[in-house]
Amino acid sequence: MAIEPFQILDEEGRARPDLAPDLPGEDHRRLFEVLLCTRRLDERMLLLQRQGRIGFYLGCTGEEAVAVASAYALRPSDWIFPCYREHGAVLWRGMPLGLFVAQCYGSRDDITKGRQMPIHYAWREANVASVSSPVATQIPHATGMAMAARLRGSEDVALVFFGEGSSSGGEFHVGVNFAGVFKAPVVFVCRNNGWAISTPASRQSAAESYAVRAVAYGIQGELVDGNDILAMVVKVREAAARGRRGEGPTLIEARTYRMGAHSSSDDPKAYRDPQEPERMKARDPLVRYRKYLAARGLWTEAWEAEIEERFAREVSEAIARTEKAGPPPLESLFEDVYAEPTPELVRQRQELAAQLGARRKAAAA
Amino acid sequence: MAVMNIIQAVNSALMNEMERDERVVVLGEDVGKFGGVFRATQGLQARFGEARVFDTPLAEAGIIGTAIGMALYGLKPVPEIQFADFIFPAFDQIVNELAKYRYRSGGQFGAPVVIRTPYGGGIKGGHYHSQSPEALFIHTPGIKVVVPSNPYDAKGLLISCIRGDDPVLFMEPKRVYRAARGEVPETAFTVPLGEAKVTRAGKDVTLLGWGSMWWECDKAAKAAEERGWDVELLDLRSLMPLDVDSIERSVKKTGRVVVVHEAPRTCGFGAELSALVAERWIEYLEAPIVRVTGYDTPFPYTLENEYLPDPNKILAAIEKVMTF
Repeated sequence: MAIEPFQILDEEGRARPDLAPDLPGEDHRRLFEVLLCTRRLDERMLLLQRQGRIGFYLGCTGEEAVAVASAYALRPSDWIFPCYREHGAVLWRGMPLGLFVAQCYGSRDDITKGRQMPIHYAWREANVASVSSPVATQIPHATGMAMAARLRGSEDVALVFFGEGSSSGGEFHVGVNFAGVFKAPVVFVCRNNGWAISTPASRQSAAESYAVRAVAYGIQGELVDGNDILAMVVKVREAAARGRRGEGPTLIEARTYRMGAHSSSDDPKAYRDPQEPERMKARDPLVRYRKYLAARGLWTEAWEAEIEERFAREVSEAIARTEKAGPPPLESLFEDVYAEPTPELVRQRQELAAQLGARRKAAAA
Repeated sequence: MAVMNIIQAVNSALMNEMERDERVVVLGEDVGKFGGVFRATQGLQARFGEARVFDTPLAEAGIIGTAIGMALYGLKPVPEIQFADFIFPAFDQIVNELAKYRYRSGGQFGAPVVIRTPYGGGIKGGHYHSQSPEALFIHTPGIKVVVPSNPYDAKGLLISCIRGDDPVLFMEPKRVYRAARGEVPETAFTVPLGEAKVTRAGKDVTLLGWGSMWWECDKAAKAAEERGWDVELLDLRSLMPLDVDSIERSVKKTGRVVVVHEAPRTCGFGAELSALVAERWIEYLEAPIVRVTGYDTPFPYTLENEYLPDPNKILAAIEKVMTF
């Protein structure tokens, strides 16, 4: 296995002609657009968090190419099991900004009904599973979904994202091992961004790469430059095709870098050399891809400005809408615990409604 | 009607449901060709094939984790956890993932996984083959907890669980797996969840039990009769959802309550039942609510008979509430 990551685009955005995929110009432009919008969405949402308008945010700046390329390389019917830095994947699948923003607010128009912290989305319509905070838990879910797809004779593939920190957990092992044993069509994308909050990747494993673990599971492993959107497209496509052919799962280590903090609650200055993100800017996936597209006549400054302007307007509209929507209805607190509420849940719902009613009456009197 | 034990009844339920619904799959350790260490899945693989009945690697978090993924995709997985004591590697998958999936996705996804697991003591199994961890799961919103005591209920309840849309922990009383025998239809039928069964009507004391402890309660109730105490015995069957109405009716009639379970006393389900009765119907009570339970120790090997509730301990509790 190659110890150097697979790369197509160099830091100057020059592509290896023998390796570059032949994508339609429209696809290139759409990929760039989603990369760019994902970056801008992060900036805007972090600002909202700083203004106290949303409680929390978790960004993906610098890692966008991993998610966007992966989603692009799949079929829409394939399932995505996100970790929590894959906003680019849901934007690629067309998640309306209104849904994304409403989830961050937990407002009445949030399709997850205000049940989770910001960025813990779930979007069944687009085959995007639910985000959970404990890491690695989604990995065996992807394996199970893929086993079920095989059982039902479907060509659907599962793609699961997780960080290099997650790969230390037991569920990484069971998820990958089950997939190997059952030849489940799963693409495991280990987003190695160098940091698990304050813990460096060197503290997660003594191995020189996470991809080499594939050997021990008897499956295909790939080490890929995750900041090279074309390299990711090629390798995820290969992995998905391998799965569809019944040849089992693939473990892809996508080498990327967390440019920002772990989350809005974190300050990397306390543990990370501030020069490190500066140095990594040379590998920025957005910059590299922009150079590539510009050299091929697929990018202009005016076009980018137009995307920026339209996107900023759409985000503003989504924010304005959801800020007016108010919280989810009180009854929704008790919904969806089970398919039907138990008699005790009905009783508790009535108890809360009566208490709040009495309080309102007292306040009005 | 055939006479079955609990293992045969569970097997019969799985046969019926796998026949009826091709989405039902069975997975776990040794459940395939071997048919499970207790033989509850015997013959399933031969009949339905290796794609629908299969052995997994030995990893409970993987069994439950993959079952969740299968359920999200539309299958109805019925994983077996070989002993309830082995469920803890999957605890996070059950508590944080399985039980929460519907709620946290705003009702977009459901994960109707029915986890079967033998539980309980009395088989010389020591700490790792004897525990009764029901309270941990009843305390977890989003999953149902069902514990049959006899073959008829085992089959009817299991079929209800498989046909339902919610995740369930289905706990099988392995102490009476083979000893409990009774008539069970070979065709499919359901016993609804959330309904306790009054197995013995009485006017003096309400005795609440489930699973293998129901048998100890039944013996105690008969012994109490000889002492002139008329015991009403409820087999709760479904702990979550709980049949509060049946408990209410009985408590209001008798005014005395004894709760029996083999799990440790502190924060056991008996604590919840006692609180429920005290909170809602204290004015009907003639005596304190008394619990007969396992002790707050790990489950012992040599002294398990001393640890477990038995008819003598239950009778002593009945005497206590009758003579208060």
